[in-house]
Amino acid sequence: MIAIKNAAVIFNQGTVNENQALRDINLNVKEGDFITIIGSNGAGKSTLFNLIAGTITPATGSIHVNGRNVTREPEFKRAQYIGRIFQNPLLGTASNMSLEDNMMITYRKGFKWLKRSLNNKMREYFSSELVQLKMGLEQRMKENLVMFSGGQRQALTLLMMVLSKPALILLDEHTAALDPKNAEIVLELTDKFIKEHKLTSMMITHNMSHAIEYGNRLLMMDQGEIIFDVSGDAKKELTVEKLIEKFHELRHHGFENDRALLAE
Amino acid sequence: MIEAILVEGLIYGIMVLGVFITFRVLDFPDLTVDGSFPLGAALMVQGILLGMNGWLALLIAFIGGVIAGVVTALIHNHLKVPNLLAGILTMTMLYSINIRILGNRANVPVLDQETLLSDVSSRLSGVVPDEYIMLLFFVVVALVIKLLVDMFFRTDLGMTIGAMGNNEQMIISQGINPKTLKTIGLGLSNGLVAVSGAFAAQYLGFADVGLGQGIIISGLASVMIGEFLIMKSNKIGILTLCALAGSVLFHAVMYVGRYYGYVIDMTPNDLNLIKGLLIIVLLIITQARKFNMATFKAMVQK
Repeated sequence: MIAIKNAAVIFNQGTVNENQALRDINLNVKEGDFITIIGSNGAGKSTLFNLIAGTITPATGSIHVNGRNVTREPEFKRAQYIGRIFQNPLLGTASNMSLEDNMMITYRKGFKWLKRSLNNKMREYFSSELVQLKMGLEQRMKENLVMFSGGQRQALTLLMMVLSKPALILLDEHTAALDPKNAEIVLELTDKFIKEHKLTSMMITHNMSHAIEYGNRLLMMDQGEIIFDVSGDAKKELTVEKLIEKFHELRHHGFENDRALLAE
Repeated sequence: MIEAILVEGLIYGIMVLGVFITFRVLDFPDLTVDGSFPLGAALMVQGILLGMNGWLALLIAFIGGVIAGVVTALIHNHLKVPNLLAGILTMTMLYSINIRILGNRANVPVLDQETLLSDVSSRLSGVVPDEYIMLLFFVVVALVIKLLVDMFFRTDLGMTIGAMGNNEQMIISQGINPKTLKTIGLGLSNGLVAVSGAFAAQYLGFADVGLGQGIIISGLASVMIGEFLIMKSNKIGILTLCALAGSVLFHAVMYVGRYYGYVIDMTPNDLNLIKGLLIIVLLIITQARKFNMATFKAMVQK
């Protein structure tokens, strides 16, 4: 479904600060895949997402969605079929607007015209969907989002993204800024929605056990490369210990420093 | 005196609604206003002099303002010029354009012409006491425009524009081009400002190329005074009402300064200084309020 061919991303090209963020990436994402991505800081995980989402264009190589070349398509156009959730829970919703207004804007993708779609029928639909979050938000439709916690806002962003039926969802450490309890809730919701709606998804995580527990395929990244790609039964047999061992086998540098970070 | 303050406040209130849209809803400090206000005045006056229907001339003034706003948006969006500079560019170019529209003159009177206002006056004369005709007319005009703006921001499009001012990434993630929304918002805002300028020209009896000088400061001061009237609200109807009320209050202050300022040896030339100082004082009070709220909260938590 998504194919990345020989993509390289270089920051500050031609200066002393030149930094090869991604080197010759080749990746095929199949429909229905749930891919987890791990790697230390600066490995290129978020750059990979920026590349897929269209925030940056590659120096070389191309990106194809269902056979169509989208390498030069701007981010807002790709957002029509790609849903993305950031680590910062504030990025998915508008703080100074009410919950129902936020849902009105996000339940459907694309430009909106001069009509007023928010009516009681919509409100009922929104509140029936909000019940799934089990947070009691359906009682607070008219409240400003400033009043909501990070966990509630992230869960909301997730729900609204699912309602807009994207072809691919990108989760960029979307639970990392939440407290452990909320992180668990949001992660379980994520898994539930992905299974229910058979969403093709990619999830960056710093938590190795989550990376192993969720999804059908795992990518390990280091220094701008995908160094390990495992799926199916081979992934099911993985443990945190085996992953660290694998990393050591593939790379002979500073993993110990990252170990604490990765294993949490 | 009260009628004059109210009428002035309401005429300029339409401009304040425009400034409110850019500064508060779009989060785009737009200085085009200093050019689009006299642009509206110039188009209106020229329309009247050509014998056009008053409402048609008003519509043309509105469209002129929209175009001015769109030009600023295009400069900002496509040339990656910072928003302040984009507005200054358009404003500077408009200065020449406005003089052109006025037929290479800096000031054109319409005192002896049939204007929209004189038309309304003659129709309502006898029905309403003469001194209240203008007040009644502008209360209706300002409220209709306010309600239209409210309606716009309750539509799906209006809500997305509101959300963009708050969180641009969210709008991109929704598959919407923020550039388009900025263009629409700036167009609408400057259209309103031009309408305000068109009414001001008829009320004052002339169009002057310097009519817009410092108007953005008046608008901003009015928005800020209006925000003082209420604690935070996210209801567009309340926010626009506050903008109008802020404009009336601001003009009351200016009126007092203009007519009673001589007591402390103040001249009309000092008004711009007063406007600036007013904004600074308002900013200081806002900061102090925030600080007090923060210390208050901290104390409660302890």
